Amino acid sequence: MDFDLTEDQRLLNDSIARLLADRYAFDARRGYIKSAQGWSQEMWDKYAELGLLGLPFSEDYGGFGGNAVDVMMVMEAFGKNLVLEPYLATVVLGGTAIRLAGTEAQKGDLLPRIVDGSLKLAFAHSEQQARYDLSDVMTTATKDGAGWVLEGAKSVVFHGDCADTLVVSARTAGDRMDPAGLTLFLVPATTPGVARRGYAMRDGTRAAEISLSGVKLGADAVLGTVGKAMGTIEHVTQAGIAAMAAEAVGACEAAHDMTLEYLRTRVQFGRPIGQNQVLQHKAADMLIEVEQARSMAMLAAMMVDESDAAERARNISMAKVGVGQSGRFVTQTAVQLHGGIGMTEEYAVGHYFRRVMAFEHVWGDSAYHLGLLADQVA
Amino acid sequence: MDLRFTEEEVAFRKEVRDFIRQNLPAKTRERLRLGYSPTKQDIVDWQRILNRKGWATYKWPKEYGGTDWSPTQRMIFQEENQLGHAPEVNGFNITMIGPVIIQFGTPEQKARILPRAANLDDWWCQGFSEPGSGSDLASLKTAAKQVGDHYIVNGQKIWTSTAHMADWCFALVRTNPNARKPQEGISFLLIDMKSPGITVRPIISIDNSHHLNEVFFDDVKVPVANRVYEENKGWDVAKFLLGNERTGIARLGKSMERINYARELAREVRQNGRPLIEDAGFRSRVAKLQVQAKALELTQLRVVSKAASASDGKPDPFSSVLKIKGTELLQDTAELVMDIAGPLAMPDWAKELDSLNREAGDNEPRIGPDWAGYAAPPYLMLRAASIYGGTNEIQKNILNKAILRL
Repeated sequence: MDFDLTEDQRLLNDSIARLLADRYAFDARRGYIKSAQGWSQEMWDKYAELGLLGLPFSEDYGGFGGNAVDVMMVMEAFGKNLVLEPYLATVVLGGTAIRLAGTEAQKGDLLPRIVDGSLKLAFAHSEQQARYDLSDVMTTATKDGAGWVLEGAKSVVFHGDCADTLVVSARTAGDRMDPAGLTLFLVPATTPGVARRGYAMRDGTRAAEISLSGVKLGADAVLGTVGKAMGTIEHVTQAGIAAMAAEAVGACEAAHDMTLEYLRTRVQFGRPIGQNQVLQHKAADMLIEVEQARSMAMLAAMMVDESDAAERARNISMAKVGVGQSGRFVTQTAVQLHGGIGMTEEYAVGHYFRRVMAFEHVWGDSAYHLGLLADQVA
Repeated sequence: MDLRFTEEEVAFRKEVRDFIRQNLPAKTRERLRLGYSPTKQDIVDWQRILNRKGWATYKWPKEYGGTDWSPTQRMIFQEENQLGHAPEVNGFNITMIGPVIIQFGTPEQKARILPRAANLDDWWCQGFSEPGSGSDLASLKTAAKQVGDHYIVNGQKIWTSTAHMADWCFALVRTNPNARKPQEGISFLLIDMKSPGITVRPIISIDNSHHLNEVFFDDVKVPVANRVYEENKGWDVAKFLLGNERTGIARLGKSMERINYARELAREVRQNGRPLIEDAGFRSRVAKLQVQAKALELTQLRVVSKAASASDGKPDPFSSVLKIKGTELLQDTAELVMDIAGPLAMPDWAKELDSLNREAGDNEPRIGPDWAGYAAPPYLMLRAASIYGGTNEIQKNILNKAILRL
């Protein structure tokens, strides 16, 4: 058992922290949000330069041979600074799908372009009717000679508006709720029949509704085995949960730090409000929950590459519940202890609050995963 | 970073588990499995079995008969004892007075006290709290005045666990009432409970059991040789004692064992015509406790692994997180077990019978199954877990002082 970071990880951590401290102050971030695409291309290039985009990929594809713990570190730093760029969508979700299911040719073509920053991906799986059920897919792919034709719609696709290539799930067999019969496709966003409506989410990040109408693809667009994508889809979302859990921990930590600073400096009744024990204890409760969430994010990171799928799913669900509940508590309390200023758009604490809210509303909220765990109680 | 246990640690866990399975007396195991407190004899017997194996003093340094186990091994040992329904070693002896004597004692004190504490030949109790000094311990008033080569002790201690079965008491007493700060006038004395002038009066707890006592000191003579460390420096000793080995404070193995036990019971108990374990609300409650136990397990491992690499030996303020979360989980799991018993948790068996100890020939029928009769007392008694050892509110003050600094 070992909780320490390696020397390389420590150095990388420092470089990310320095870069973000320089370039990702809250006002700079507001500027990025206001830009047309809602994030900073310049920062994206910096991440490529630092090697962050190649972190989890093997050296064979120009990557750095890192693992989910490296990604956890990056995501925690991103959470602290509320980073807007499509890292989760491209490196974690799209990248994991390709890493797990891609052929040598696909990996050789796509991964080096992720690493150098020239290819952005999005994971277009969830649909409006599906809520959190991963097997609920109505989008269809029908055979068309050697190739395929896609019909359907995908909903709340993270960074679906800016992605160059979409990883799209579609049903090649089975009924709407059938876990079998799903297939993943690599769909260049410019393919005729792909229409995208981009929008901002409640936390300022970007997403898109995507419609697929008569989208013709070649046989080489298939990612993985036809009809057998469910395992990959689950694994990709688990990698996503682990990464976003780390990001939520970073956000919680930052919200807690801001709150402590506020309690030290805000004066009422002639003294800093942090001298009130009732507020000190709230701040201590926040600390406890930040640390519990951090433990769970570590667990999730360690489990991303676990080969036993049931064990992996169970632990990721535990982490989702743990981080979700702790995260809600920490960020809600952060707003509360700030009073009125915590309610304002121009103040960062409310943005941390909303980022953690976004974590709760993807791939199953705390109640959903608690239900999965409850089903296993015997 | 790697959260898996090493092969050596896995082998160690198996060794401990096997030893407990082979050596723990069956009656003790059954009593603890049903949720009942171990008797004094259970604890004495088990500690002596462990002592023969060299494990009772596992937290002591090797040169004092301890082990050279890593913090992770200690954690595993404690967890396996809890999972295997073994009593915990007497904490007053093993985690309190032993380490104190090793750190501060004279050679004579070490030779006289340590072997007997290890083997539980002497049962120790802790004379700290007083009626007016709970969380504000340094305000204590029990006075010790030196006359010749003795101190004369007068005053009162309260909430003294197991004083009625103790041979010795380590106590904080005031030797200088005029000190600049209250902490500076306190000394640490070892008091023979058979000394004339000591009166022990029971305090019956809300579970109808007798753990707690008031202890009165009326001109009790204590040899100066029984003072630990310097006069008026007793607060340093107390701080060391309270900060010593706090990673085990969460008693996580106990909570895990209770969750397993609850699942076992809920497979048998029926509600609305089907096993309780099939009830959605119940399952959700169990799942939530499992998640909390998992988070605490990871946090505890983090604190333990930090202790393994720390060299200053100072208490880690994060152990307050373990205390708070650990005691909350103990309380919640005890509550779960009690709730499974339903109305049968309510009849008070304490005075009627204790099925494992009852006299031969006592054939009074029990009210409901054995386990149900034992379901409420732990729930009641564990309300104390967030009060003793520094209340959970005091733990939050510690977190504030050491980490938040508001």
